[in-house]
Amino acid sequence: MTADLSAVEVGTQLPPLTARITRKDLIRYAGASLDFNPIHWSDRQATESGLPGVIAHGMLTMALAGRLVTEWAGDSGRVIDLFARFTRPVVVPDDDTGAEVELTGKVTEVADGKATVAVTAKFEGRPVLGKATAVVRID
Amino acid sequence: MALSQSFVGRCYPPKGTYEVSREKIAEFADAIGDTSPLSRDKAAAQAAGYPDVIAPPTFLTIINLDAINAIINDPELGLDYSRMVHGDQRFHYTRPVHAGDKLRITTYVDEIFDRMGNDFLNLRAEITDESDELVCTTRAQLVVRGADA
Repeated sequence: MTADLSAVEVGTQLPPLTARITRKDLIRYAGASLDFNPIHWSDRQATESGLPGVIAHGMLTMALAGRLVTEWAGDSGRVIDLFARFTRPVVVPDDDTGAEVELTGKVTEVADGKATVAVTAKFEGRPVLGKATAVVRID
Repeated sequence: MALSQSFVGRCYPPKGTYEVSREKIAEFADAIGDTSPLSRDKAAAQAAGYPDVIAPPTFLTIINLDAINAIINDPELGLDYSRMVHGDQRFHYTRPVHAGDKLRITTYVDEIFDRMGNDFLNLRAEITDESDELVCTTRAQLVVRGADA
């Protein structure tokens, strides 16, 4: 649901977003983004790289952070800056359930017709993105 | 194992032009679960003031990643891909990307440094349209874990 952006103030909470990522989603994202790094589809190569198993693309988790913000703003063209640090992998098991990422966001600054949103993304209760922020035009 | 400092300040000019299609925007939106009509319906995008359907904010990873890979795969740089992770990423937009855009990407190596046994590589890319206007600046930090880190 689109927010009334004129009423946005520091402390405004964004509607949370829960996303489920399965192996099929990783394959689809690999094809769409042209990121074919094998740690996102091969257990063997993920394990050889020292990972617990196949992990989601950091850029897919970042895209979910973007979705949290664009679904709230109602217009992805309003996002003028998006940043994320990739701090922890999202391990995606080879089953029908996949991995669940929970995203929340809060407005931390409003100035010059722009709102800064701090985004939190959690997997198994722990943050997977660091300092994830978006700057959104609200004028 | 340190990365070659000689790469700092290097600029990689565009290899070609990437033409943004409605189909690719819709495919990318599907892949991230973005259901916005602005990325699928030209009429809806135009009603919102855009020339055509617009791309989600991380769409430019398609050409950004390709440009990054061209640099890190240069054997002269000495980067061990199997030890590399994507540290962070930024997209800073002048305007949204829309279908029909003909984009060119120029990539710069801004910084190379090591900290606590890990190598850090800061890359910046400027993505321009067919009028040579800046559309987006991207910044990526890549981290190469040290042999005993």
